Amino acid sequence: MQATRDFSHYVRHLGSGVAHIDLAVEGVNCAGCMSKIERGLSALPDVTLARVNLTDRRVALEWKEGALDPGSFIDRLAELGYKAYPFEPVRAEAVETARASFLLRCLGVAAFAAMNIMMLSIPVWSGNVTDMIPEQRDFFHWLSALIALPAAAYSGQPFFRSAWAALRARRTNMDVPISIGIVLALAMSVMETIHHAEHAYFDAALMLLAFLLAGRYLDQSMRRKTRAVAGNLAALKGETATKFVGDDEISVVPIAAVHVGDIVLVRPGERASVDGVVIEGQSKIDQSLITGETMPAKAGPGTAVYAGTLNLSGALRVRVSAASEGTLLAEISRLLDNAVQARSRYVQLADRASRLYAPVVHAAALLTMLGWVAFGATWHDAIVTAISVLIITCPCALGLAIPAVQTVVSGALFRTGVLLNSGDAIERLADVDRVVFDKTGTLTLPELDVTNAVDVPQDVFELAGRLALASHHPVAAAVARASGAKTPLGGIEEVAGQGVRGTIDGREVRLGRPSFCGADQIANEILCRDPEASVVAFRHGETCHVFAVRQRLRPDAAGAIATLLKAGIEVEILSGDREPAVRHAAGQLGIHEWRAGVTPADKIARIEELKRQGARVLMVGDGMNDAPALAAAHVSMSPVSATHLSQATADLVFLGDRLAPVVGAIGFARKALLLMRQNLWLAAGYNALAVPLAIAGLATPLVAAAAMSGSSLLVILNALRAHRGAREFC
Amino acid sequence: MEVLVFLVPLALTLGALGLAGFLWSLKNGQYDDLEGAGWRAIADDEPPVTEEAVSSGVAERR
Repeated sequence: MQATRDFSHYVRHLGSGVAHIDLAVEGVNCAGCMSKIERGLSALPDVTLARVNLTDRRVALEWKEGALDPGSFIDRLAELGYKAYPFEPVRAEAVETARASFLLRCLGVAAFAAMNIMMLSIPVWSGNVTDMIPEQRDFFHWLSALIALPAAAYSGQPFFRSAWAALRARRTNMDVPISIGIVLALAMSVMETIHHAEHAYFDAALMLLAFLLAGRYLDQSMRRKTRAVAGNLAALKGETATKFVGDDEISVVPIAAVHVGDIVLVRPGERASVDGVVIEGQSKIDQSLITGETMPAKAGPGTAVYAGTLNLSGALRVRVSAASEGTLLAEISRLLDNAVQARSRYVQLADRASRLYAPVVHAAALLTMLGWVAFGATWHDAIVTAISVLIITCPCALGLAIPAVQTVVSGALFRTGVLLNSGDAIERLADVDRVVFDKTGTLTLPELDVTNAVDVPQDVFELAGRLALASHHPVAAAVARASGAKTPLGGIEEVAGQGVRGTIDGREVRLGRPSFCGADQIANEILCRDPEASVVAFRHGETCHVFAVRQRLRPDAAGAIATLLKAGIEVEILSGDREPAVRHAAGQLGIHEWRAGVTPADKIARIEELKRQGARVLMVGDGMNDAPALAAAHVSMSPVSATHLSQATADLVFLGDRLAPVVGAIGFARKALLLMRQNLWLAAGYNALAVPLAIAGLATPLVAAAAMSGSSLLVILNALRAHRGAREFC
Repeated sequence: MEVLVFLVPLALTLGALGLAGFLWSLKNGQYDDLEGAGWRAIADDEPPVTEEAVSSGVAERR
């Protein structure tokens, strides 16, 4: 059975015989790569467009339909040294992109309007002390109104909408005082202009909008970039399924093209990429990614398999019950629903600040008005002074204080290999005082590794590795990977359930079970020392060697745990694996609190118990069995190798083999929270200085403009310090 | 001060032109790949455009 690759799912037909595909490409990071790829692909006949997007690490390709197969682009890129895979933009990413470009449009309108109004305001300000005649001033004010009103109506939309949504839900957020301030400032300025008054605040209103939109846009574009990278990572996993398109004909298709009811083939050594039920075949399966249990289980017709299950021995035919992101273990699904509902609604710092801020400011404005009336001012003057209090306190600095820090810190996290899934995760991560780790795939690497490589001579190891390339068994695959072998041996025969054998230079070579190679004694010695390891024996002529294979801890796990403990954060393991394996890992890492054989329900129960004790828990896990606990914890993290479900549930995702990003992220978050608080205090300090001026009726438009831009710059500069994390976590 | 009669509309027109230019460039996708655009400016030469599109057009007309 020869499998064909089928990427037709990803191809878009643009009409007039042109087809389009988007590829995610790994390792594009400079101008050289860009022109190399574009030239290499343009050289293919019939290609009409090959354009690299360096920001998103993607290539857009268009070609004349007919002879070219999309697979040939991927081969061509592989020849050029780049791994590529088609991708389909997920809905979440499309939404982020649309929002970013809307914010940029609003920012453009607000900035151009603010500049032009400022151009009209400066003559008025200088004219007021020289010799401008009132008619000219009114003319300039009317012109300003002409620009300001439509511009504010358009570019204020993000604030007005959000404020309206909040008010309708009987809540308040930072956008409510912003919207009130802007609307009142504009309305008052129009009234003042009609009455030929000296001061109008059109410039202040538009400048405020421009500053706030700049902050929001930067925040949004960072979020968009994170989404794009996450989308690429998902695509580059290149998850495919081997689908039966006829009785005996199979085709390798992307998961997105697999539908419920299809029949797929899961060969030994492969991971199932879909959920389904076995309809034919007998095998042993490793469900460690789903349950955390590393002991293989038997599978036959009727056994349910889940995406992420590793097939160990025989080929299985599976009827798909749900494609990639569909159903899952009913038990986990129920727990997850409960956990998501119970997740305490965390109130973001910005919202807490605005809850305090809005009533105080609005009360101050009201008191100012009543005070001036009590002291004998006219109603008109009193109202104008009250509104100028609102304008000067309009949370320009306050509105930037938090988004600016968030933008800088999510950029810094991004560079260290941590992707943010949810916006408020930084604040929650900052107050973590306990980290709960899953073991399999989180503290350990997701792939198996040879632990006794130093005991085996180099040449023997290499030969064994080349032999191992012929086998699909995951243990053999670990030997092949560890040896770095690239060229498989010829003429190898597989003995079912035993191993592989062949001949080299007239001597027989075997790799497989210890009994198959006559190496039981050596294997037993190894198993006595390390009962959790899997063993694979290698025989070359008369000499025998045995490799111990097990999941290895992440290279810097011990160091990372030590850093956490030193910083006063408690660490604990909650694993679904057997006790000896967990005890061994905990011992190596110096973790005193661990629980083994924990079910998903137990994991949640433990998290809830910790919550009741007042602990702020960071849950780090990768398996499907961790997903409910990830949702229940105060904040959660997943490695990028995790199951779809865990990655979607986690607040943050970290890349690479090391645990350092997890520790570093806590450091960045703590520094960020510190700076957010500082910024809020800076903004409060600015108000403490500016509000008395406004109450005294001294806040002219010039004072408002200077105070606003000064305080905004101050908080932005302070936010830039977030690019370095807290020192004790580095 | 009669000069204002054409100076002010001129200033506003220039502002509007700038805004229109910005919105056009945004719609045209010029902000989609800010990193790549920076590098393209200093690249030695643009990747050669294949003549395929042109020649096929000729072929169809014949």
